[in-house]
Amino acid sequence: MSIFIDENTKVIVQGLTGGQGRFHGLRNKAYGTKVVGGVTPGKGGTDVEGIPMFNTVREAVEATGATASFVVVPPKFAAAAILEAAEGGITFIVSITEGIPAHDEAVTFNRLVRDFPNVRLLGPNCPGIISPGKANIGITSGDIALPGGPVGIVSRSGTLTYQALHELSQQGIGQTTCVGIGGDPVPGTNFIDALKAFNDDPETKAVMMIGEIGGSEEERAAEWIKANMTKPVVTYIAGVTAPPGRKMGHAGAIITGSSGTAQAKMDALAAAGVHVCLNPTEAGEKMVEIVRGL
Amino acid sequence: MDLFEYQGKQYFARFDIPVSPGDIAETVDEAVAIAERIGFPVVVKAQVKVGGRGKAGGIKLADTLDEVRTHAGNILGMDIKGHTVHRVWIERSSDIAKEYYASFTLDRPNKVYLGMLSAEGGVEIEEVAANNPDAISMLSINPLDGLSLEQARTWVADAKIDDIAREQTAELLVKLYRCYVEGDCDLAEINPLILTPEGKVHALDAKVTLDENAAFRHPEWDEYRATETEDPREKMAKEKGLNYIGLDGTVGIIANGAGLAMSTLDVVNQVGGSAANFLDIGGGANADVMAAALEVINADPKVKSIFVNIFGGITRVDEVAKGIIEALRRVEITSPIVMRLDGTNAVEGRALLAEHLNDKLISEPTMLDAARKAVALANA
Repeated sequence: MSIFIDENTKVIVQGLTGGQGRFHGLRNKAYGTKVVGGVTPGKGGTDVEGIPMFNTVREAVEATGATASFVVVPPKFAAAAILEAAEGGITFIVSITEGIPAHDEAVTFNRLVRDFPNVRLLGPNCPGIISPGKANIGITSGDIALPGGPVGIVSRSGTLTYQALHELSQQGIGQTTCVGIGGDPVPGTNFIDALKAFNDDPETKAVMMIGEIGGSEEERAAEWIKANMTKPVVTYIAGVTAPPGRKMGHAGAIITGSSGTAQAKMDALAAAGVHVCLNPTEAGEKMVEIVRGL
Repeated sequence: MDLFEYQGKQYFARFDIPVSPGDIAETVDEAVAIAERIGFPVVVKAQVKVGGRGKAGGIKLADTLDEVRTHAGNILGMDIKGHTVHRVWIERSSDIAKEYYASFTLDRPNKVYLGMLSAEGGVEIEEVAANNPDAISMLSINPLDGLSLEQARTWVADAKIDDIAREQTAELLVKLYRCYVEGDCDLAEINPLILTPEGKVHALDAKVTLDENAAFRHPEWDEYRATETEDPREKMAKEKGLNYIGLDGTVGIIANGAGLAMSTLDVVNQVGGSAANFLDIGGGANADVMAAALEVINADPKVKSIFVNIFGGITRVDEVAKGIIEALRRVEITSPIVMRLDGTNAVEGRALLAEHLNDKLISEPTMLDAARKAVALANA
């Protein structure tokens, strides 16, 4: 099985007529994803390479039965587009947009929680999600993924998500689903959401988790893993040698204490029984060893 | 983007948050003129984005024009923890009865806003947080609900703010919250927020971090950007729209995505090298961006080799390849370039570069191989 999306997931692309939307939307379709429609105000009734266009998400959902949306719109309009997807009946939203203001993200996330509790948002500022051989929603190059499992991948960093897929596929190890949760301050889906889903998925036998410095999501994931995870987890945290990031004044220090550094995250994960590796290649090799020993 | 204290106070003033009257000076004469205008005594404050200014001698009280002249002369040009003082803020000195602390920031784990208020503000606030966390009253605010004056009144009472200061502080907190949200701050912090012996509450310091992603709706931020960075490499990168941080090593780094860029630094370090910079060309970078990135790195005399680490997603590797070819045509790249190219359109990108490969433009199959090669060239 895969998590969140599979071969039956019907997808619309908000912004299919834009440069990025067209390129990646068509690539997702070529991969085998059921891309059933596109949404751009004013373009209803036209088509993009045979994919019907609609003026609103609601019209697209009513006509196609889509449940997922790939939102490819500029930062200024992204929050409104995400809410339109939820209001239009979409239950799984992938937002790849980089550069959305943090306050827009905070408001959007809380609107979804309050008014649309059954909607899952992935991103913003993430590469999307791929269930190899079944469906690809987002900007991941499909040819670097290998179908058949047994590894689930969850990552905060876009390009390191590709690196993780690549390391495993090169070794002949397939993936059930690869979820890029994105590195923005207010991610719709976090590590724990993905870890829970992988833990419940019978075909996923092990999980690779790619984190990075900043915030405390990795530390929280470590606590969850310690208490709940029944499958081996391999991790790599980027930023051991990174320059100190933006200082958040006293407020930042008060909230996070010493957490937020790569070392603190690695220590927390190691204490939770996670295999902690020092670079993506080492993480790939560790996962190969684990999968071969299953 | 972190603001200087004076910019933070000017930003606060836009939201009607009370601050001491003052103005900014770049010369001793300007400082004297400001002091004459606002009246004595005044405080001369070094404007640098680093803590510990007072202990370094960067904050001085002046009762006369001569004292302003002396202090401004000493402080302008002073080095505080590696930051040169280019400006001093001259403000009317305030008598202090009590020091409080107030801030708003994002509570990332809970995805709501977090307000912090303490009746024990001042320079030791981090120690208060560590040793006596109960002295800081935390208020969780749902962005959909905001902060009402009623809530703020309850909050100042919970934080044990002095009775005489409560109503003023509650009103100020509502304004600071507006500044945080409508002003698109990542952080809006006042430490200390003071109560004067006359019973007035106002901000004696300002720490404001703006969310760069919201710059499109804040044309007024342009003036802050002009004063932002001093490192000439970072200035050049900024002008070209690149996410660059200068470091001290010898391997120039270009990668796409912050995660891969950080990971590239890690790997270079693990194989015995050191990075000259962090440079993320971002998602969807085109040939122009790639060429600009190479030019910025090329301008750094410490760089001995350049490691281009690209895993295409929204970034197309053929565009990156075109940028490298364009840069080679435009400027003479002095250091050898080691490339590792994978992902979207990697085959097309590698094909474009094939005829340009030589001992100064090298392609390696994996990230680790490329790191080893770049480090070997840098250390040779």
